[in-house]
Amino acid sequence: MNVSYQWLKEYIALDGLSPEELAEKLTRGGIEVDGAQPRGGALELVTVGFVKAKRKHPDADKLNVCTVDVGGPEELQIVCGAPNVDAGQLVPVAQVGAKLPGGLKIKRAKLRGVESLGMICSAKELGINDKLLPKEQQEGILVLPEGSEIGSPIAELLGLDDVVLELDLTPNRSDCLSLLGVAYELGALTGHPVRLPETAVHAASEQASERVAVGIAAQEACPHYAARYIKGVRVAPSPQWLQNRLIAAGVRPINNIVDITNYVLLEYGQPLHAFDADTVKGGRLDVRYAQPGERLTTLDGQARKLEAHMLVVADGERPVALAGVMGGADTEVTGGTVNIVLESACFDGAVVRRTSRELGLRSESSVRFEKQVDPARVIPALDRAASLMAELAGGLVADGIVQAGEPCIEPVTVQASLARINGLLGTTLSNLEVKTILGRLDFRYTLLEGDIYEVQVPSRRGDIALDVDVIEEIARLHGYDNIPTTPIEGATTPGGLSVAQRIRRALRQRMTGAGLHEAITYSFTSPARTALLPELAGDATPVRLAMPMSEERSVLRTGLVPGLLELAVYNRNRSAERVAVFEIGSVYLTDEATLTRQPQEKPRLAGLLTGARPAAWNAKPAAPDFYTAKGLVDAALELLGLADKAVYEPAAPQHMHPGRTAAVLLETERGRERVGYVGQLHPDEQRTHDLEDTYVFELELEPLCDAADFGIVYRQLPRYPSSRRDLAVVVDSGVAAGSLKASIAATAGAWLESVEVFDVYTGERLGAGKKSVALALVYRHPERTLTDEEIAELQERVVGELAHSFDAHLRA
Amino acid sequence: MKERLETLRAEALRELEAAADAAQLDELRVRILGKKGALTEILRGMGALSAEERPVIGQVANEVRGAIETVIEEKRLAFQQAETARRLQAETIDVTLPGIAPAGGAIHPLTKVVEEIEDVFVGMGYTVAEGPEVETDYYNFEALNLPKHHPARDMQDSFYITDEILMRTQTSPVQIRTMKAMNGQTPVKIICPGKVYRRDDDDATHSFQFNQIEGLVIDKNIRMSDLKGTLLQFVRQIFGPQTQIRLRPSFFPFTEPSAEVDVTCVQCGGSGCRMCKQSGWLEILGCGMVHPRVLEMGGYDPREVSGFAFGMGVERIALLKYGIDDIRHFYTNDLRFLGQFARI
Repeated sequence: MNVSYQWLKEYIALDGLSPEELAEKLTRGGIEVDGAQPRGGALELVTVGFVKAKRKHPDADKLNVCTVDVGGPEELQIVCGAPNVDAGQLVPVAQVGAKLPGGLKIKRAKLRGVESLGMICSAKELGINDKLLPKEQQEGILVLPEGSEIGSPIAELLGLDDVVLELDLTPNRSDCLSLLGVAYELGALTGHPVRLPETAVHAASEQASERVAVGIAAQEACPHYAARYIKGVRVAPSPQWLQNRLIAAGVRPINNIVDITNYVLLEYGQPLHAFDADTVKGGRLDVRYAQPGERLTTLDGQARKLEAHMLVVADGERPVALAGVMGGADTEVTGGTVNIVLESACFDGAVVRRTSRELGLRSESSVRFEKQVDPARVIPALDRAASLMAELAGGLVADGIVQAGEPCIEPVTVQASLARINGLLGTTLSNLEVKTILGRLDFRYTLLEGDIYEVQVPSRRGDIALDVDVIEEIARLHGYDNIPTTPIEGATTPGGLSVAQRIRRALRQRMTGAGLHEAITYSFTSPARTALLPELAGDATPVRLAMPMSEERSVLRTGLVPGLLELAVYNRNRSAERVAVFEIGSVYLTDEATLTRQPQEKPRLAGLLTGARPAAWNAKPAAPDFYTAKGLVDAALELLGLADKAVYEPAAPQHMHPGRTAAVLLETERGRERVGYVGQLHPDEQRTHDLEDTYVFELELEPLCDAADFGIVYRQLPRYPSSRRDLAVVVDSGVAAGSLKASIAATAGAWLESVEVFDVYTGERLGAGKKSVALALVYRHPERTLTDEEIAELQERVVGELAHSFDAHLRA
Repeated sequence: MKERLETLRAEALRELEAAADAAQLDELRVRILGKKGALTEILRGMGALSAEERPVIGQVANEVRGAIETVIEEKRLAFQQAETARRLQAETIDVTLPGIAPAGGAIHPLTKVVEEIEDVFVGMGYTVAEGPEVETDYYNFEALNLPKHHPARDMQDSFYITDEILMRTQTSPVQIRTMKAMNGQTPVKIICPGKVYRRDDDDATHSFQFNQIEGLVIDKNIRMSDLKGTLLQFVRQIFGPQTQIRLRPSFFPFTEPSAEVDVTCVQCGGSGCRMCKQSGWLEILGCGMVHPRVLEMGGYDPREVSGFAFGMGVERIALLKYGIDDIRHFYTNDLRFLGQFARI
């Protein structure tokens, strides 16, 4: 809503508040003013001039030399390049010394040898948004209406010494979509009364009801429809002051009749429509739903196919308007129109909204109906417009208002006690203060027993229905700044994070501690990208958005790795040598083709490593390998106390290197569960993405959180020495080191404290298909020192079992 | 014999004086004082001496031995010091060459901000609540006093999946879920961080995916003044102890009264600068008293309890806090961006 400062003054005293001060006051009161835009400004030395004569410039085809009377003692010679300039015109003249809104300063000048003492201006040069002017006024210089006083300041004539306040209204304050609404708001803030416009209608003896009848066939969508009949209007441009105000509000002047409906719409917030009465067939207007197959060409020239849920105004034969949205072209007021049917009605917001949305047709009218108009203004606005049509268009208003239905004013009363008001706000307002505020809001009330206010809410404030709504009004007029600042009373509560939240934080610390940056990628991705995933989730169909912004962001991710891959490519393309990142976030899984319930959201941890860590001055670059990635998974599992419960198994999911990928399994009460994978991206994928060896992992966090062991239990430090025995065995290269370890652990008995692989060797001396695995076994007895004989016996058992199970023999 | 001892002393001292390094010194020590050394050799003749001479000669012998040992020890120390000095000289390195730091990663700035805000509120007795990102229309809108066709739904164009299921446009549905889970019990004190989604063309200040943090308190006698007190405490912990807040009346369907909250500009401290458009204030969050209808839908009687709620955009806080110029950086994950947050 754009509000002209000068226009607003008509309805309320502004106390000399500057437009900026006014903006601040409104904003602090809850009506946000986005900007205060000056129109042209005072425009000193820009006046109305009369072009007495025009002759061709001797040396330039496109220039004219004009003799202009600006009301001063001497006529001015001005060179003008506009093709439409002509003798006999009244025009805006910027004299030498004037400064125009664009910053241009007018100086005495010579144009191709001819002296020019000023400039004849276009609308644009005066700071007028020329899109709001009729076509013929957009081109060239602005030709002013006849009768404009020569020498008078242009700012006065065109209303340019004004500031437009741009209101950014919240959806509840549609009452401020009118000047009167803003005036009431200002009245509440300043305490000044609102001055209502003059609406006296001097009616002719002829009865409107003899000319037109109205009816409603859809009561719930239109509770009240009223019309007046005005005959003998002369359609012409509106007076300049009225055009100025419309332009300030951002509405394009068309002709006096249409302009008056728009003017009153801006004034009262009540949309009106004028029909050319002589094109209305059958002498009647009915509000009904459209019939299948009906069409209507709206005022914007578009032929619209109507649906059965769209509300129309129809004459005896056809729809003539889209109710509350836009009139029809067939009954449009034109230059030849003589008689008017003027409509003022109350249409249902939801119905208007739906029609407006479906047709992609928003108008000043539909915007207001959607947000509810004041039903009590249907008749006053109608009368106001009729009286203006008599005054400004020479019309004769027929007696009476034809109407159907009745004003849908339901009285709203709200009760709020003083204790409730102060209790909710934390204030100590007195009855006097509350009464003063309600008075300024122009809310009537009765004070009941027990300091209970029974407030009659005026119909213009459709947003107020509950006690808290009234309390908000009191609070904002008392001033939010005047509400004290207190600590919460009552029982204290222990705050904290959930187990899952604590684990996510710990994992983040662990991963960053290991040198990985945390990434946050988009939850929306492309179907192609989701397909780029090892099947961690089974065969989940990605959830698709109904109306994605692009195919690239059209489905919900089912894994995190593809997003990390995307960022790896991004960073490698920007010369990042090494990408080491992780993400903790949700994936969205469903087994439904069309969702009937929300998908499952599974939190995951994923990581990606590619490229060598840049060389230090004294070290070589270190490229990641499978074991670097696996080490990160180990670290995560160890952090959660799950190192002993995790098992890695060779796996070959799609898009992964079949020989360098492991499934991560977790031993649970339900058996072994797959919780993730770690491995190298398939070389084909690496090539596709133009990446070097790339290692990724992805883990389900829920099972890990469920199994996580928070219980650190101290183990007594050993009191007896341990004995280490190294063992190097030669086995087939396909034998997993993990199986050797498992076998040793199972065979060596309780005194085996640990067994670790410390070397793996392959070479010609061992023969093809063989490898040597070196293991360190540490034995310890808790209560005594083990003897060499005891250990030797255990070692013998271990070696025997390895030979038996893996055909392993000791390396010579 | 005495003369032989004196001669030995003189010779030994001369030789020791000439010793060039620790090895020669050691060799001399063995030759002079060792079991088969010169001194021992001389003292072997002690047996032939008379009882009167023996203690005299013995004393001389001890003196000679002591003198030689002293010199040896002095020389040894000198050699050791010289050797140490040589070594230190040889081992000297360029300490201005860079150290080799273990790789360190950075927590994402959005996470940093969320964790910081969480910690502030956890310290004030709040728990951290979470909810689904894919929500039902009921929880995202209807239960928050936004029935279908409510004009305020225009404020946030949504990503629907079906007519009833959509990406949440706000973290507020967690309020309703929490209230229902509490089953009418008080107090409720939660904050809910999380991702939300709105149909918006991405530019420097808009992202279709972003994060919110929302707070909710419900108890008997919760007042708007408590809301102001809570917010003041919060902003002072995040933006510094001098920070002031300013509330402006506003509108949210799920609160009444509602307010927008400004804080004193983090850049200029309130004197006016480009960041705050000369106003001295920055808008950072929306808040209000929980709407009675929302309380009812959450299973509370608005005549018995009251509450406040507030919500803010995490990206906005991060942009202000770190002076970041483009919201898209948060989701592009450029390592040169992320790496800047690997510190306190």
